[in-house]
Amino acid sequence: MAKEQQPRANLLQGTLDMLILRTLLYGPAHGHQIGKHIQRTTNDFLQMQHGSLYPALHRLEERGWVEAKWETAPDRNREFKYYRLTETGRKQLVVEESQWKQMAEAVARVMWPAVEES
Amino acid sequence: MRWWRIAKRNADLDRELQSDLELEEEEQRERGLSAKEAHYAALRAFGNPTLIREQTRSVWSWSMIESLLRDLRIGVRTLLRSPGFSLISILVMALCVGATTSLFTVVRSVLLRPLPFRDPGRLVMVYEHFRDPSLNAQEFNYNSVAAADFYDWKSQTNGFEDMAAWRWWQFNLTGEQGELPELVSARGATWNLFPLLGVPAAIGRTFLESEDRPDGNAALLTWSFFERRFGADPSIVGRQIHLDGKLYTVVGVLPKWFNYPDTNVQVWVPFASGIPPAVLQHHDFHFSHVIARLKPDVSLATALGQVGAVQYRLHIQNLNAPVAEDVASRTINDDLARDVRKPLQLLMWAVACLLLIGCLNVANLLVARGAARQKEMAIRGALGARRLTLIRAQMTESLLICLAGGAGGVLLSLAATRWLALAWKDLPSSAGIQLDGVVLGFACALVFATALAAGLLPAISSTGKAVFSVLQSSSRTVGGNLSSTALRKTLLTIEIAVTVVLLVAAGLLLKTFVHLRATDLGCVTANVLTMSYSQPPQRYDSPAKVNAFNETLLQRVRALPGVRAAAIVSTFPGTWAGGDDTFTIPEHPPVASGTALPDAMTRWADPGYFNALQIPLLSGRFFTGDDRAGHPKTVIISRQLSRQYFPGENPLGKHLHLVADEWGDYQIVGVVADTLYQVGKPAGPIMYFPVLNGGNRKELSLAIRTASDPLAMSLPIQKQIAALDPELPVYDVLTADQIIEQSLVNQSLSATLVLAFALLSLVLASVGLYGVLSYLTTQRTGEIGIRIALGAQRDQVLRQMLGDGLRPALYGLVIGLAASAGAIRLIQSMLYGTQPLDPAVFAAVAATLLMVAALACLLPAWKASRIDPMQALRIE
Repeated sequence: MAKEQQPRANLLQGTLDMLILRTLLYGPAHGHQIGKHIQRTTNDFLQMQHGSLYPALHRLEERGWVEAKWETAPDRNREFKYYRLTETGRKQLVVEESQWKQMAEAVARVMWPAVEES
Repeated sequence: MRWWRIAKRNADLDRELQSDLELEEEEQRERGLSAKEAHYAALRAFGNPTLIREQTRSVWSWSMIESLLRDLRIGVRTLLRSPGFSLISILVMALCVGATTSLFTVVRSVLLRPLPFRDPGRLVMVYEHFRDPSLNAQEFNYNSVAAADFYDWKSQTNGFEDMAAWRWWQFNLTGEQGELPELVSARGATWNLFPLLGVPAAIGRTFLESEDRPDGNAALLTWSFFERRFGADPSIVGRQIHLDGKLYTVVGVLPKWFNYPDTNVQVWVPFASGIPPAVLQHHDFHFSHVIARLKPDVSLATALGQVGAVQYRLHIQNLNAPVAEDVASRTINDDLARDVRKPLQLLMWAVACLLLIGCLNVANLLVARGAARQKEMAIRGALGARRLTLIRAQMTESLLICLAGGAGGVLLSLAATRWLALAWKDLPSSAGIQLDGVVLGFACALVFATALAAGLLPAISSTGKAVFSVLQSSSRTVGGNLSSTALRKTLLTIEIAVTVVLLVAAGLLLKTFVHLRATDLGCVTANVLTMSYSQPPQRYDSPAKVNAFNETLLQRVRALPGVRAAAIVSTFPGTWAGGDDTFTIPEHPPVASGTALPDAMTRWADPGYFNALQIPLLSGRFFTGDDRAGHPKTVIISRQLSRQYFPGENPLGKHLHLVADEWGDYQIVGVVADTLYQVGKPAGPIMYFPVLNGGNRKELSLAIRTASDPLAMSLPIQKQIAALDPELPVYDVLTADQIIEQSLVNQSLSATLVLAFALLSLVLASVGLYGVLSYLTTQRTGEIGIRIALGAQRDQVLRQMLGDGLRPALYGLVIGLAASAGAIRLIQSMLYGTQPLDPAVFAAVAATLLMVAALACLLPAWKASRIDPMQALRIE
């Protein structure tokens, strides 16, 4: 139960898609890997909710940004559903990234005006 | 998205979640947990798999369809839970959809679908048209065209691409090798009729211009005749057949599908064939039906205007003859459907009423269910279902009912349509009456429209914001749900009003039918047998031969045991109008030019005719054996003729001068009572000539009054005819009662159908009434219990409940009676001997309705009055 006390954040709407796409940039991964990766990279700051991960994956697949295929995992003798970034997905990632950047900068300007001036 | 792809994707998602869950589990185990702990830890980390599945599915684009499927599934389950309700509603819908679809099939085949001719939209029938409104009332507004008029139209106008004509005829077909003689229905067609219609011969060719002459002897067979009489042997083309003893060469066979103008036609001959040239020159021998094809760039009005101008000139040139002043046109479909158009429209209205009642009934049942399910709706609403979702769920139910009912209805209409096409003798069958894609489409549209109509109102009324108030009342509702009760009462009032309209229409038609059935033809009809025979003019070519046959026949038939009286007449009363002729009265001043000459139907009768049929003599004498060829010409007139053309004077001894031929002056020797030429039509003027004057009338009828069952006498009499001349075909062997019945078959059919619809509506309405009142009783059980506990008398309760139920019935009755007074104008022309506002019919309808309504209300009201207060209050 120790984990419960760790600081955690809820993802901003829409950012999950971007994070998934970014994760897949390293190469194909299945749902569990993606979730784990995001969790680990943020030092468990972003706790992965499966209830939003899978709908997000299916949504991305429906939009054609990722492709899914059942493949045997290299380390385990079992098939997993691997998600792979498509060409349109790659473009979408660039768009979302720049939007996020703009957003973060805008927020930063409001929050820390002095820092900006100096 | 197909359902199997949905299933595949579901399985896919399950597998994905499962494998990821197992992976998590393995990782937990690798961290040193026991298998069981690892399992729970994985589940904890993962969250609720069912929820994840639901959430993932909701992003799939077909979740709409899925929720629709869910609605359907729930709908089917709810309907199955109350099979009684479902079955009744489905039956009601099946009946309504079935009746409507059948009738639409007929209407479409008869009135709407174009005939299978080349470019049928540009074909019109053209008739002579009398402008006199009194003549129009007798349907002379579309009068058959005189041959001479037709030839003038064709040669003097150019608005139509072409004009063709056909005429009615019948032939006595005799075989060469002693085959049975047969009377065949035939038509004469101008040589250009088939090219104009775009109908090629199936075998051989159609007529040539050179064959369309009085001595033309080409013949075309229809396919059915070709199959039946000649065994479909194509070698018949080029051979000769005997028609009326004359040789005709078969030049071709018409296609199988061609059965214009009706299916009875067996043989076509050229239009002018066998007609005396003088008759073709006459402007007042009306026997042609003219079909014209419009030019693509000329409007109907223009083309018709040209023909009208020609006709008006002909009218001016023949002022004393019945030559119409104008022309009128109608489409071929209308032309074929003229006798059935009105009844069809009436039935269409009746069936629309029935459909409306059916919808109202199902809506009513749904409102009742909606009220019973208010709590369910309220809970679903409170749990977050949107109003639209609730309405959709209810609509799904009514849609399901209507779909099931519609499927049953289409099956029903298959049978009903076949029956209707058989039972309705006048229906033109040229186009064939069957179900097709358009009709099925109509049925589908009907089903969805009814589902919408029947479901929407109840769905909206039972899902509004107000339903939440149900949750607040913890006890059973005491006063009942007022708004839904009011809604049901309104629906019921409309239902009853429509029923009343149907009942009134049915009552009037039925009264008309009974009236017609009891029509006095003006002669005796009990135990009277008639049969027709025709004497081929080739063999019966002199008065002596004709008279010899007829007199011998009469002698032999009269000598048969069981025959009370026998007579010969050219047209038996009640069969048809027969021929007519214009005449002048030499004793009267000449008719002013420009007015039509007197006109009367013509009959030929033997001396014993009036006695045999007990047609009373009013003055003068009957014919005697001396009224025959070579003696002074005599005529007997009917009372109507005497009244019309000899008002206030004694016609005896005066003369009738027949204009149209060389017969000359006939002295009036007697006046007899009127007989009807058709049931339901007023008596017209008739002149009787002695049949013994020897002219060949071609067709004669034998009228025999028998001591007992007349049909049993038919064979012995036919044997007598065959003994005298085996080549004479005998046809139309009928009793006088059958003749009357036959001419009423269509009235009887429409009266019966409307009555059936009306009774069905009455049943539906009383079921509705019963339903509403039972529902009210259940709703008010508690209230009534309290009343009774407080001392209300049981008959008071009974009276109150009865009043509650009968009020909508009364309102409906009043509205319905008022509405039928207006609606009756639609059927006014179909009534005979019955006033449109017949008080007896209206009173009978009101009484029937009130009685049925009282019966329907009695049971629930009685139940309410029997409520045990202790029990009623304990239910709370």
